Amino acid sequence: MLTFTIRRLLLAIPTLLFISLVIFLLVDFAPGSPMSQIPLTVPPEVRLRIIEAMGANEPIFVRYLLWLKQFFWVEPLVMIDGMFGTTYSEGMQRIVSWQSRSPVMDIIVERMPQTLTVVGSAYVIGVLIAVPIGIYSAYRQYSWFDQIGTFIAMIGFSVPTFFTGVVLILVFSVNLGWFPSIYNTSLRVTDWDSFVQQVRQMAMPVAVLALFNASQISRYMRSSMLDNLAQDYVRTARAKGMSERVVVLKHVLRNSLIPVVTVIALGIPTIFGGAIITEQVFKVNGLGALLINAIQGSDLPMVQTLTFIFAVLIVLFNLIADVLYGMLDPRIRYD
Amino acid sequence: MKLKTALLGAAATLAFAPAAFAERGADGNVNVLYSQAVSIMNAYLSSGTKDVEVGSLVLEPLAGFDQDGTVIPRLVTEIPSVENGGISEDLTTITWKITPGLLWSDGTPVTAADAVFSYEYCTHPEGGCSQAARYEGIEKVEALDDLTVKITWTAPKPNPFTAFVGSTSPILQAAQFANCLGTAAPTCTEQNFRPIGTGPFMVTDFKVNDVVELAANPNYRDAAKPAFATMVVKGGGDAAGAARAVMETGEFDYAWNTQINPELQAQMEAGGQGKFVSAFGTLVERIEMNMTNPSADLPEGERSTAMHPHPMLSDIRVRKALSMAIDRSLLVEVGYGNAGRPTCNLVPAPAQYASPNTDCIAQDMEGAKALLEEAGWVAGANGMRAKDGVPMKLLYQTSVNAVRQDFQALIKGWWNELGVEVELKSIDGGVYFGGDPGSPDTFQKFYADVEMYANNFDGTDPEPYLAQYLCDKAPSPANGWQGENINRFCDPAYDALVAELASTREPEKRGEIAIRLNEMLTKDSYVVVPLVDRGRLSAHSNTLGGVVLNTWDSELWNASDWFRIK
Repeated sequence: MLTFTIRRLLLAIPTLLFISLVIFLLVDFAPGSPMSQIPLTVPPEVRLRIIEAMGANEPIFVRYLLWLKQFFWVEPLVMIDGMFGTTYSEGMQRIVSWQSRSPVMDIIVERMPQTLTVVGSAYVIGVLIAVPIGIYSAYRQYSWFDQIGTFIAMIGFSVPTFFTGVVLILVFSVNLGWFPSIYNTSLRVTDWDSFVQQVRQMAMPVAVLALFNASQISRYMRSSMLDNLAQDYVRTARAKGMSERVVVLKHVLRNSLIPVVTVIALGIPTIFGGAIITEQVFKVNGLGALLINAIQGSDLPMVQTLTFIFAVLIVLFNLIADVLYGMLDPRIRYD
Repeated sequence: MKLKTALLGAAATLAFAPAAFAERGADGNVNVLYSQAVSIMNAYLSSGTKDVEVGSLVLEPLAGFDQDGTVIPRLVTEIPSVENGGISEDLTTITWKITPGLLWSDGTPVTAADAVFSYEYCTHPEGGCSQAARYEGIEKVEALDDLTVKITWTAPKPNPFTAFVGSTSPILQAAQFANCLGTAAPTCTEQNFRPIGTGPFMVTDFKVNDVVELAANPNYRDAAKPAFATMVVKGGGDAAGAARAVMETGEFDYAWNTQINPELQAQMEAGGQGKFVSAFGTLVERIEMNMTNPSADLPEGERSTAMHPHPMLSDIRVRKALSMAIDRSLLVEVGYGNAGRPTCNLVPAPAQYASPNTDCIAQDMEGAKALLEEAGWVAGANGMRAKDGVPMKLLYQTSVNAVRQDFQALIKGWWNELGVEVELKSIDGGVYFGGDPGSPDTFQKFYADVEMYANNFDGTDPEPYLAQYLCDKAPSPANGWQGENINRFCDPAYDALVAELASTREPEKRGEIAIRLNEMLTKDSYVVVPLVDRGRLSAHSNTLGGVVLNTWDSELWNASDWFRIK
């Protein structure tokens, strides 16, 4: 198991380097230029000087190598300096956003909390709702509960979040006035009142995302349970006189969870990716909003760094899912 | 004695009443929503309107523009003029006198050295200053004493209100930005996010592309202002969401640029929580005619260049007919509602420079058809016109934008009615306006017969704007497709008149020449076909008072006068 993990970690290095190159080329070849953000009133010679100051007119390989150095050498040094108060990174050029002319990593760190609270709690809530629904739906297949569950899951799965989000705003903000339609990122939870406020502003974005996540996961849970319920070992367990509770929650559930845990683990990187549309609708301004904003503004350093971080997370959680799989199912050993 | 005391008392009450009424910070917090979030507070490093405007709450220029485009003092005692001696007789120098006793928000005095520094900051060759055009033609900027700034121009400058005038050329504090010159400019994150300014507010918290929190500047020059103790400028979302937050949920007091369709405007306004305000500047949505041949059959490097005149559009009758077929009032009704009005001018304002021409407003389909017949484009069996076997076919391009696509569809309908075949093309804004010489789809390259976009000019003087249509400013492979004369229009008489404008000093005469130039491009030649004079449209709640929309300067230009209606 350990050698397997180490082997996979080592293999991840060339994979990630290759991914970084592909992302860089893709982002660079994509049409669009940071110039499009400069109003037409700015004369061409001034535009040219702005682009030069950004370093956007350097040849592509120079920019790629510079980015590699900044990402793998300068930024970690900055992090070490931040933690231990050292000055290794002094005078080094960090990855700087073209839009705000400030270090990309600082912005990402600033954005992380709201994304993790909103998208993260939506994911946790989604899982908490989905697992019991999936179990019961499978156990009472084709009952009214199962039918309603399937119906809601289909709605959650097929109705886009930009629609459900706006519907929720119209109903709960405009008509009823219960929840704010705009997320306040400066709110600090210090006492009961601010906590209530935080819950209120999270309610709608979390509801929209949780519905989507729960629909997806509950379907996996249901089908995985169904597969197992029909197995011979279930009949054996029942024949031995075990109670239904023990049969379902101990034998069947454990076995059914294996594929579901993998799906859940693989979904975690998407939390960090933020929810581009939902964040935009409720102005949560997390990582998703950051990415879409950077894409619209052709802010290449930001797009490149964000997508690469997402790639790293996906590779990492794939590995975690594999390792978890082995731990949950003793029959699977990678050695 | 008693009467005197009573009178004195009454006088004192009267004197103090307004002071008690208008007290700095008395009205609490005001929430402002920008659908495009603020990236940076330093206008010299961003040309985005949102950054310049929110930055203007903190950083101020020496003088600004009011809602009529008149220059008003901000940090100076008076506006220099030839009469008061502030501008030299030969128009080569302008001298500004900074108000004595003026303080930065950190309590240090504002001096002429700060202005000189701001000039050096923006004109540094490696700084990549976005507003460098404001300082064009300056020989030197010097501090005559602590409070006197003198600008010397390389040539007589009829409009000297560019440098240090308007929110795009604010004064930076020399002490704060001392280490941020040239290549160091973008590394000064702290300075760029939290500049020390003279404006009514100062930054207390800055989150990139998200939210800016501001508090009243304790050293603001008017002791009674601003009425709001704090201001929050939130960013993100879209125009409709921003309008909704003011007009329907009431969470925000002011929303910037709430450009939504007229139907939705009316629906939101019916809610009664707030109102839309609009004002008109110089932004004109127009169709540009390509005077050169964009045909793909021509070799690369010769397409859309002066080497090959356009086979159809070089005939003025064709251009005029295309303009006559358009119903501009309907376009406004469909796309902009109160935030637009039909126009026939490239320069729709200020009044002094605007031509009274309204010839194009009434649609004249029959007249247009007759004109095409006269030009030799005869309708065939299917109603489509041709000349010498060449069918009349146009490629009409613009950027991806809901209103522009509506316009394309409507105009295509009218042109089809004329008997002109039209092919529509819409290009992503990032590419269309991106200026990449390698892309065939930029508006400068103009690989189409006609194209549509909007443009305006900075400030109140149209001279540089009209000078864009000089012969030698046409984009071509030689200049990396970077010119501003998009139509490749070339008329020696026009060039001569632009030169005359540059050397004319009298305002009335300048106005006349500018109007002539505008007409040469529009009603005399139909090279530029203006469609809609687009206004600013913003929304504010019914409880926010003092809002005056200004299109000549920052939209938040008078935020110090805003107050809460109780």
